[in-house]
Amino acid sequence: MKTTVLESLNQGLMAALKADATVHLLGEDILDPYGGAFKVTRGCSTAFPERVIPTPISEAGLTGVTAGMALRGLRPVLEIMFGDFTTLVADQLINHISKFRWMYNDSVTLPLVIRTPMGGRRGYGPTHSQSLEKLFMGVPGLTVLAPANFSIDTHSPGSLLENSILYTDSPVLFIENKMQYLQPLLTTEILSDFDVELRFDPSDSEEQFPIYCLRIKGAPPATVTISAYGFCGELARQAQSKLAFEEEIFSQLIIPTRLSPFALQPLMESVARTGKCLLVEEGTRSLGWGAEVAALLAETLGDKLKQVKRLAALETPVPAAVSLEKSMLPQQEDIEALLRKMSA
Amino acid sequence: MTLEEEYFRDMLRIRRFEETVLEEFKRGVFSGTTHTSIGQEADAVGVIRQLLPDDVILTNHRCHGHFLAYGGDMRALFAELMGRQTGICGGRGGSQHIHYKNLYSNGVQGGIVPIAVGMALAEKQKKSEAAVVVFIGDGTLGEGVIYEAFNMASLWSAPLLIVVENNHIAQTTPTEYALAGDIRMRFQAFGIPALELDTSNVMEIAGNTFQLMREVHEDYAPRALILNTQRFGPHSKGDDTRSEQVVALLKEKRDPITLMEKQLSSDSVSSIRAEVEQQVKTAFEIALADPVATMEGRP
Ligand SMILES: Cc1ncc(C[n+]2csc(CCOP(=O)(O)OP(=O)(O)O)c2C)c(N)n1
Ligand SMILES: [Mg+2]
Repeated sequence: MKTTVLESLNQGLMAALKADATVHLLGEDILDPYGGAFKVTRGCSTAFPERVIPTPISEAGLTGVTAGMALRGLRPVLEIMFGDFTTLVADQLINHISKFRWMYNDSVTLPLVIRTPMGGRRGYGPTHSQSLEKLFMGVPGLTVLAPANFSIDTHSPGSLLENSILYTDSPVLFIENKMQYLQPLLTTEILSDFDVELRFDPSDSEEQFPIYCLRIKGAPPATVTISAYGFCGELARQAQSKLAFEEEIFSQLIIPTRLSPFALQPLMESVARTGKCLLVEEGTRSLGWGAEVAALLAETLGDKLKQVKRLAALETPVPAAVSLEKSMLPQQEDIEALLRKMSA
Repeated sequence: MTLEEEYFRDMLRIRRFEETVLEEFKRGVFSGTTHTSIGQEADAVGVIRQLLPDDVILTNHRCHGHFLAYGGDMRALFAELMGRQTGICGGRGGSQHIHYKNLYSNGVQGGIVPIAVGMALAEKQKKSEAAVVVFIGDGTLGEGVIYEAFNMASLWSAPLLIVVENNHIAQTTPTEYALAGDIRMRFQAFGIPALELDTSNVMEIAGNTFQLMREVHEDYAPRALILNTQRFGPHSKGDDTRSEQVVALLKEKRDPITLMEKQLSSDSVSSIRAEVEQQVKTAFEIALADPVATMEGRP
């Protein structure tokens, strides 16, 4: 049986709880037998009853509680049941948690992780389907991560989470995607058609935040670069593969796991060669991740950048009806269509 | 020194520090903003002097008094307000964002209360026996997050003392324009025993806090202390909408320093006054000569 992203995250939590007695999990409905609304914490409360704390429905207050715990030597992990509710967490994240270390002149650390599932495609409607992470990218002092559905070398969604909990002394917002949960982890064997290279930003000296660079094995040089994260990374991978085998359109795909602060390498290297970049995200299009990356590419590459395109959600709330949601959120076919256009 | 003399000296240090800040603000020595606690010194000294060495303090925008009562260095506070490298936080935080030993402040109303709960739970989990004190104002009772925090503090038996400094005004808004019902009952609704005092007598605040902190430490559970007090200065600087007569009347009745002074011998009062005057002057002058904060080499 293949391990899913969900199981991998669960293993990461368990491993962190086991490794360090200062790790505590907090969240709504996280106790067994339920194990959290998406089951990521399943088994944790049975194995570590003292350190898995079921909470009232108090996202703002809870985020403050985790901040206090982290400031006084614990390593708390908070689950926010739906990413949409990060709006309630925003004051603590932006005006407290992300500021303390710097404004206190580096005299404190805040080792805490806030995990939350974003994303639609499940018909949950306008307030349970959003991808709001762009609101938190670019906040100084905050690291925003998104796992990819790979298990390569020692890197997996679970290891990304485990390392964030155990070894990152600055606050982390860990963005999961609901559609990722049931995806199987892709290993190098499964990815036998692909060359997968793991890269790390020089600032990431511990090599915690892999950047996955994918090409079709033995393919001619890529003519377009694609970058996407989270579930869109998987949609992009499928589009990449399909167009390569069916239409001989060859691309390179870069999937970062650290969204903010954003590291431009190795994306820049790839775009320097292809001259063209497609950026895919599930959040709304304006003033988002793609906009920032496009600006960085333009600033750095100058006229080596021939074309950049963004594919993102339409500027409306996420609708509940399956048909509406499908036309509102970026689909694999949309990626394929843009790739065709860009490579023409 | 007797305890009374010590408390008098500590309150006077806060008073003279803050009077100096307000005076020198006008001359451009300080920039940005500041909030003085002139009139409320008995709260800071009465409460903080009862804490054990490992106890933790969370405070708000009006935090100079708490910092000084905690034993914080006056020159470092002057320097922080002046934007000097030698400031408590190297000039990064300024008047309302400081961290020194186990004292932390932030300038967003209400947000420190859940953080205090988390800290109290961490201390309890570590079996350190330290407790946490958080200071909020009456106006901050309007922030929703504090009720989430009260609930969790009570639910999880956090060793926490919540101190409400009710100076009956929030910036310019009198409490009766902003607060419904009774403050004590807000705590009682969460099962947190609350004691309310209406005094500017530092010894009375000290004695009651001592008792409450003992309960917090022994019961491992939260308590609340509501201190009715009076703010004599502006909210920030020069922004007092109250008439001078009204403020003068408050000073006449409720000045914690005058109240204490009456109980001390005139000899000790004058020697303490001279000592504090010298301390403030020296701290101010050293801070003024300190190097200005820069970003160089500090990412
Ligand atoms: C969330 C938030 N809203 C508004 C302000 C602006 N502000 C600073 S102090 C203050 C009044 C606070 O009143 P109170 O809690 O009674 O404390 P006091 O100033 O009387 O000590 C206000 C409105 C703030 N700092 N934070
Ligand atoms: Mg007030």
